[in-house]
Amino acid sequence: MKAKCAFFIIALIIWILLNIPLNVSNLIIGVVVSVFAAYFVGDFFPQRPHLLFHPARYFWFFLYIPIFVWQCLKANVDVALRIIRPSRPINPGIVKVQTSLKSDIALTFLANSITLTPGTLTIDLNKEEGVLYVHWIDVKSVDIKKATELIVGKFEKILKKIFEE
Amino acid sequence: MIELIGQIFIIIGLFFDFIGCLGLVRFPDVYNRLQAATKCVTFGTCSILFGTFLIMGLTAAGIKALLCIFFLVLTSPAGAHAIAKSSQKAGVKLWEGSVVNQYQEKTN
Repeated sequence: MKAKCAFFIIALIIWILLNIPLNVSNLIIGVVVSVFAAYFVGDFFPQRPHLLFHPARYFWFFLYIPIFVWQCLKANVDVALRIIRPSRPINPGIVKVQTSLKSDIALTFLANSITLTPGTLTIDLNKEEGVLYVHWIDVKSVDIKKATELIVGKFEKILKKIFEE
Repeated sequence: MIELIGQIFIIIGLFFDFIGCLGLVRFPDVYNRLQAATKCVTFGTCSILFGTFLIMGLTAAGIKALLCIFFLVLTSPAGAHAIAKSSQKAGVKLWEGSVVNQYQEKTN
């Protein structure tokens, strides 16, 4: 029930943002649609909605955004250079990395962050063992510890502060 | 001034979108192509949308552009995971110059 309420509030906020010159009929439709959406899919959404009310997590999240944008920018320049160069300097492979994150949402964010940052693309994850399979465009190390440090190390600590503990 | 900055963002975005499409043609296998598609195209499109936001300001269109960035960042990696995983399941081979495939080692 709590999860459904949280989902309802978020869905309504997004609806309001999408219909910025808001009028009453718009708002009524939004409430109806949000109730329907929350009733049908609310259970999938946050397992622990009380985490939404911790201000410290928002602080870490806003700290995470510039780190993520900077990594994303580096990734883009890196991949763009690889594409442009006539010699096409790629050295791809699929490596295994270890993560200590447990909750679904933290793993989702980690996988998406890995996909959007330097030369790496998450292929699959094994939740029980905490293992991610990552396609790496320029394999620097096949050793699991070294690869973990290079790929996951940048995000894991801060994601742990946001979604776990 | 702010319009000029917005236009610069749009130009950067177009450049990265172009590079991403070039990568789709130049890279050898599906996984490397996904790298180009997810990174360059996501960033390029986000940049275009952010430039639109700067030009439009906090109007209806500007806020929609910001929301689009949010959803693009959420959904584009998810699509890439789905394609990459299903390619592995379907047995699409890595490019012959690849170094290692620890995913296949697991499943065999």
